[in-house]
Parts: sequence; C-alpha cells; structure tokens
Amino acid sequence: MYGGGYIYDKSSPAEQHQDDPAKLAEFEAKIDRGEKIEPHDWMPRDYRKQLIRMIEQHAHSEIIGALPEGTWITRAPGFRRKLALMAKVQDEVGHGQLLYNAAETLGKPREEMINDLLSGKSKYSNVFNYPAKTWGDTAVIAWLIDAAAIVNQVTNSKGSYGPYCRALERICQEESFHLKYGHDTVVYLATGTPTQRAMVQEALTRWWPPIMHFFGPPDKVSVHTEKLMRWKVKLASNDDMRQQFLNMYVPKIWELGLTLPDPNLRKNDETGQWEYTEPDWDEFFRVINGEGPCNAERLAVRNAAEENGRWVRRALMKPVGQYTQPLC
Amino acid sequence: MEALSSLHKEAIREFLYKMADDQLILGHRNSEWTGLGPLLEEDIAFSSMAQDKLGHALALYTILHEHLGEKDPDTIAFTRNERELRCCHLVEYPIGGYDFSLTRHFLFDTAEHLRFEMLAGSAFEPLAQVARKIKGEIKYHVLHAQTWMKQLGSATEESKARMQSALNETMPLALGIFEASPFEAELAEHNIFAGEHELRNRWLEVIAPTVADAGLVLPDIDALTPAYGGRQGYHTEYLQPLLTEMTEVFRIDPTVEW
Ligand SMILES: [Fe+2]
Ligand SMILES: [Fe+2]
Repeated sequence: MYGGGYIYDKSSPAEQHQDDPAKLAEFEAKIDRGEKIEPHDWMPRDYRKQLIRMIEQHAHSEIIGALPEGTWITRAPGFRRKLALMAKVQDEVGHGQLLYNAAETLGKPREEMINDLLSGKSKYSNVFNYPAKTWGDTAVIAWLIDAAAIVNQVTNSKGSYGPYCRALERICQEESFHLKYGHDTVVYLATGTPTQRAMVQEALTRWWPPIMHFFGPPDKVSVHTEKLMRWKVKLASNDDMRQQFLNMYVPKIWELGLTLPDPNLRKNDETGQWEYTEPDWDEFFRVINGEGPCNAERLAVRNAAEENGRWVRRALMKPVGQYTQPLC
Repeated sequence: MEALSSLHKEAIREFLYKMADDQLILGHRNSEWTGLGPLLEEDIAFSSMAQDKLGHALALYTILHEHLGEKDPDTIAFTRNERELRCCHLVEYPIGGYDFSLTRHFLFDTAEHLRFEMLAGSAFEPLAQVARKIKGEIKYHVLHAQTWMKQLGSATEESKARMQSALNETMPLALGIFEASPFEAELAEHNIFAGEHELRNRWLEVIAPTVADAGLVLPDIDALTPAYGGRQGYHTEYLQPLLTEMTEVFRIDPTVEW
C-alpha cells in the first residue's frame, strides 16, 4: 500500500542540475515513444533523484504499513482470518523488499534508505501514522487503504522507469487479493451483529480523513510537477486519483449501509465529479512532519527491530557488488 | 479401519491435541516476527513458517472434529482455557531475540519433520494423510534452520556466543517436546505412532551433526532436566497472556462469523 502526492522534492530552479541537452533530448524522445528507462541508461540527475525518493518512500510505506496490521495478526478471530491476514502482511513486507531493490538499481543502498527512514529524513505514507484501534480498523485498512494504494500503483505502473513498473505490476496482482480479503472482512462485520456493525462503522468514521488525505493535497496547492509528468515519474494528479477512488468505492460503502462523516459528499451528475468537504490539510502536514498519533511509535518499533537485528546482519556481511540487479 | 475402541480413541485424541496445540502456539509466536525481523527476508521466512504451522494446526483440529467428535477447529483453538491445552513449554516462550527464535525453530522443526515422517505410515489413515503433506512442507523449514544455524554459529564472535547460549537455554525446553503420554503403549501397539522416546532418539541423531557443523557444542543431554508438564496442562506463565491476546476479538462473540 502507499500514498503519493507529497513526495516530490521542492528543489528550487537554481539548484536544478543542467543536463547535457543532446542526451536529455534523446532521453525524453525515448519516453515519448513509450519505451522504458533501464538502470544502465543515461538519465537526468533530477530524474534519478526524484525516482529514488519516490520508490524509497513507497518501500518504507510497505514495511511501516506492516506494523499497524501486523499487531492484529495475533488477535485475528479464527483460522481463516488469521491465515489471510498473515499472508497479506507478509506480502506487504515482500513489496518493501521488491521496492528497495528497485530503488537500489538507481544507486542508493538499502541500508542507507533504512537509515534515512529512521532519522526521519525520508517519509512514508501518512496513513500509517494513525492507530489501528480495533479489528474493524484492520478490515477498513485492508479494504480501503489497499484500494487507494491500487489506484495509485496501477497509475504508477505505467511510468517510465522499467524496474519500478515491473515491481508495481507484481505488487498490484497481490494487492487485488488484499482488497478481496479486506472487502470480505468488512462485509462480514457490516452484515453481522450490532456490535460487529458498530465496530466497522466506527473504524470507517475514524479512517475517513486519513483516506481523504491519502492521495495528497489538492492540485491547486501541490508542488509544480510538469516536468515529472513529462518524464512519466508522476502520471496522474492527486485530485484525479482521489476522484477515481471515490467513484469506485463510495457507492460500495453506501451499499453496505455504512455512512461516511462528510455531509457534503456527493457525486455531481452534471460534472461527473465527486464533491466533498476538503479534509484538514494542516493536520496532514502536521502529521507528515512528525506530529501524528503514531509517528514516534512506528519509528521506535522500526528502530528497535534494526537495533536487535544488527548482530545478525553483521554476521552475514560480505562485500557488496557494484550493481544491483532488478528482482523483476 | 476398525471402529475405534474408547481407550484407543482417547489415545488418539490426546495425541492429536498435543501436536495441534504445539503448531497453533508456535505458529502464533512465529507470526510475532512480522515487521520486526533482522532482515526483510527473515520476516518473510518466519511468516511462511507461521502460516504453515497454523495450517497444520487447522488440519489436525479438523481430524479431531471429523473423526473424534470434537467441536469445530475455531472453537477448539479459540475457546479452550489454558489448562486444557497440551502444548510443550518450548513453544510458549516469547520470541526473545532472533538467536532464541532461530534455535527454537531448528530444534522444534527438526523434531516435527521426523514426527510426521514417522506418522506418514500411521495406521490411523486420516493422520497419515495429513502427515504426508506436512512432512513435505517442513523439509524446507528444516533446511532454512540448518542454513542459519551454520551461518550464525560460525560468523562473528558475537553471533557464535549468542547461538551457543541460545542452544543452552533452549535444549531443556526442547526435551519437553518428548514428554511421554499415558498412551504410549496403546499408540505403538496399534501402529499409530512408534513413541516419543523413539522420536527423541532419532532427533538427537539428526541435530547433533548440524550443531557440530555450526561450530557449536551440544549440551550434555543427561545432565539436563527436561521441561515437562505441558502435555498434562501445566504451562509456563507465558501461555495465558498469549491466549488472552489470541482470543481478544473472537471472545467478543464466539458464536458468530467474523
Ligand atoms: Fe503493498
Ligand atoms: Fe496491500
């Protein structure tokens, strides 16, 4: 799972590196022709930088995202749910592995990416800074956060960097199972006893603002991303992806008789667009910058895992090769 | 197969419960590594093992349900109290460090592999069928454990020291796997299972060379006091909190589908 929109570097034009115009033209022509860029190909410095940043943060999102759901594996009710949740969270960790590898093909070692995560230099999806309070939360996460992630990842899989696209294609196949599992779990709660129903409704109400935040700030305030669009690093605007998500899932939520905490949420039949109350974007930025309910906890857990595992990694140490092969 | 006599039934029931409970509890413990492993690859490996163990527990509880008249697997797993469980102490311990979890995985899975190899020829056909499937899966886990024992036992001073002390700590617990049941003779006589003592001997033969290859020293078995009691329902202080956590959601309403 993953959310984008705030991940691009706001480097000032003065800092922008001047690339060789001939090589740049050749590179852009290649992208225009719909060809993929591969690790050994020439690429603008800024392209490499933005991609590393994007893929790395996606990878962090997968492994940090494993934490809130992971704490419910031990509490999942019954064999069927327990086995499915284990497999799901295992997939998420596997996604992290695939993505770190894809980012490594651009020249940044995994160790360094993890260090940047732990120091707070590198971010991860904001949604994981919120707690999964009940079993209902895990159901809502598995259905709707994964659904949002699929919208984002399917879009990104049409990008220009070969190893990232191939990783995303594999990831999306697995995500569709997560979505099914999440939907099934929500359906059982929504059609169950009053207690089960209340559990999932409360979770949905709690998670709606982070879900609305998921695709990032509205286009009118987002960082200028024209060049990234041209280079097929970014493929759709935040608002476009949010619209796509609302269009696919709000009707399904309502069908289950569940409600969403936004009285203004409706589809405008004339424009075909969804209207909604803007979520609190100040909160979004506060949470990104470390003030969310779980930022400290997530990093502390990750830090402890790194600390506790250091002796194992040291015992495996061998000379690192110069070049990282993409896993797919 | 002839109709099961009541003693015979009791013997099989007890036998299935202890094996299934081991799987359930160790599967639960292994799953606690999710998101916390020393490497992403090991997160994934421990999760695979956890899933397999849960799957084995489910298969064994299903035999109890279908052939011995016990309740359905979810009810059996999620509603019995601590005293009713028959798992050994080894599987109850918290995951500790990777050294402890890996050593437990090595010692337990090796025993498990040999156990199901023996059971593949059991006269109790439903169990034999499940055993043939399980032993194939565990083979890979044993290989995983052996590779890591060798790697960590001979890498750095620290890893060597950690693995040796984990082995010393784990051995008496592992011997508890083989606590004899009151039905050993009954099971052997009907060709259902050759016995815990026999399994223990085979196990010692298999673990000794791996331990030696890893550059570690096997503690003197005769000098150890095996951690018995689990098979009679006497458990460590770690089991009850695990059960409380495991059943937290299920207990809200054990009669409904989740
Ligand atoms: Fe994922
Ligand atoms: Fe997912």
